[in-house]
Amino acid sequence: MTATRTEKKRKSDSAAATQQGDPTLNLELLRSMLLQRRFEERCAEAYALGKIGGFCHLYIGQEAVSTGALSMLRPDDYVITTYRDHGPALARGMTPRAVMAELFGRQDGCARGKGGSMHMFDTNTNFLGGHGIVGGHVPIATGVGFAIKYRGGDQVIVCFMGESVVNTGAFHEALNMAGLWKLPCVFIIENNRYGMGTALERASAIHDIYERGAAYNMPRNQCDGQDVFAVRQAVGEAVERARKEQIPTLLEVRTYRFMGHSMSDAVSGTYRPKSELEEYMKRDPITLLRTHMQEAGQLTDEQLQKLDEELKAIVQDSWDFAESSPELPVEALYEDVYADTTT
Amino acid sequence: MPVITYRDALGAAIREEMQRDDRVFLMGEEVAVYQGAYKVSKGFLQEFGEMRVVDTPITELGFAGVGVGAAMVGLRPVIEFMTWNFALLALDQVVNAAAKMLYMSGGQYKMPIVFRGPNGAALQLSAQHSQAWESWLAHIPGLKVIAPGTPYDAKGLLKSAIRDDNPVCVLEGEMLYNTKGEVPDEEYLIPLGKAELKREGEHCSIITHGKMVLVALQAADQLAKEGINIDVVDLRTIRPMDVEAIGESVKKTNRAVVLEEGWEMCGVGAQVVDYIQRDCFDYLDAPVVRVHQADTPMPYAKGLEKAAKPDLPKAIAAVRKVMYLD
Repeated sequence: MTATRTEKKRKSDSAAATQQGDPTLNLELLRSMLLQRRFEERCAEAYALGKIGGFCHLYIGQEAVSTGALSMLRPDDYVITTYRDHGPALARGMTPRAVMAELFGRQDGCARGKGGSMHMFDTNTNFLGGHGIVGGHVPIATGVGFAIKYRGGDQVIVCFMGESVVNTGAFHEALNMAGLWKLPCVFIIENNRYGMGTALERASAIHDIYERGAAYNMPRNQCDGQDVFAVRQAVGEAVERARKEQIPTLLEVRTYRFMGHSMSDAVSGTYRPKSELEEYMKRDPITLLRTHMQEAGQLTDEQLQKLDEELKAIVQDSWDFAESSPELPVEALYEDVYADTTT
Repeated sequence: MPVITYRDALGAAIREEMQRDDRVFLMGEEVAVYQGAYKVSKGFLQEFGEMRVVDTPITELGFAGVGVGAAMVGLRPVIEFMTWNFALLALDQVVNAAAKMLYMSGGQYKMPIVFRGPNGAALQLSAQHSQAWESWLAHIPGLKVIAPGTPYDAKGLLKSAIRDDNPVCVLEGEMLYNTKGEVPDEEYLIPLGKAELKREGEHCSIITHGKMVLVALQAADQLAKEGINIDVVDLRTIRPMDVEAIGESVKKTNRAVVLEEGWEMCGVGAQVVDYIQRDCFDYLDAPVVRVHQADTPMPYAKGLEKAAKPDLPKAIAAVRKVMYLD
């Protein structure tokens, strides 16, 4: 039932996608997605080498969601997400150097090495963090929406979350208030099918989870998360609705993670067979965009190779930068526990 | 000097800060239309409007998180919990979000937020509504925790809490809201982290906070009739704790009773005793005695409730014990 419905959506979204003909924009989208991919491939390497520690959740396979969604925002809008945050951080425009240095736990990291993989923060791009408790950041997003309305602004907040979040109480409480108070929030469920190793169908009583928006009187939609144009279109509508009418949206974006839940997990295994993974990998979001551009005559093999080499060099530079960034002195341990009160 | 209730002192503090700074707003259950479950925010809706005095659904975790989000982007929320017992549902936001945001963002996102509400037992409210949470909250680096015992302290400390750029948990008391005390008309602030010597005496220290301050003062009055003079140290702020004030008093009296509403195990009193043994070991003439709630859930039955609660006779007995008078 669910599969059929998704298939149908996918076709119509793909039709919309073929109308996307702006080569400059498409190149930017490709660049953003490929940067995330190349960056995280090196993260896996650095993790294996022990340069990155702790939990490390890769975004590989979901890049069309971050890039598509955040390409619809203004610089003064806000973004908040989960612990799977490297991709969204880069797509929001945080520098690969700052993100890699954070992963390496160094002084020049975007959170001074205090946060690590799960806690990317950046006031310059209004990136309000990677958050480590499933569901915990969703009420915070509602609060940012409240603050925007309180100040009479026309910004929006985009809140990414995994599909497992919808079963938490925090999700329900947060979306109810956003719907009740008409706050400019765009809640994006990145439905990658599994909450760690538990399939959506084994965790949620309904499987088209965007329909939960009905409980909050909230416009809701579902789109193909492997197709960056479909994401742009759906998020674009939601952002406009939030900005102009202060109406929140619940958007379910169907995607898939090509890696394990974190670096500690097998890519496939007891909870999903390798064959399923292979099937989904046929719809790699980067391959889809690249193919679209090549077929439309917007991208030559040469251009693609050049772009790829450029991005690999940028990632290598971020690695070198992170490695040369100083370790934190022990005095830093007690810094940032409390703020000096100035008001 | 005008004499007002603890409730009105809290209300005046929030009102003055809302008048002073339009980033300050009050949010919680029944704070607006109902005028406050305990009437702390009486008249607020009429004065400030519904954007700044916000009734929420019954959703502690949710609205605590709304406060955190609003604080992250520059507002200064005052989040009212109808009681700290309900705030247990919100602890993920208080502990995992508010307390850690500055640290895990490498100093980028300040968290100027106040979480406040009644704490501790009232009368016959039974197990789920009669708990003192200060030791839980004070355990967490990144939080500040205050427990004012008088109207004067309530106003001065709450105003400082609202102006603080860190998350501050304010532990009030259902039994304190109607208590009265002198509060000047002119503005004043009480700095967080400073204890106050509420009574001076040379024979024994009672170190306490919150609602138990009144019990300690009654004990001091009663013991004074026997010629026993008590130093009553009101911590006022649990975190950061004024260790110097504790040391100064105990080094003078050489004896100490630590009085609190909460349970014994890992309680605030345990921390106070630790400071005393570290700083005042050579000054002590007797082991420190703690007074606290019995190690049980709070019973409903009147007699049992009385037996469970720390009170005046227990405080006096503890002083007599450390003075080897019994």
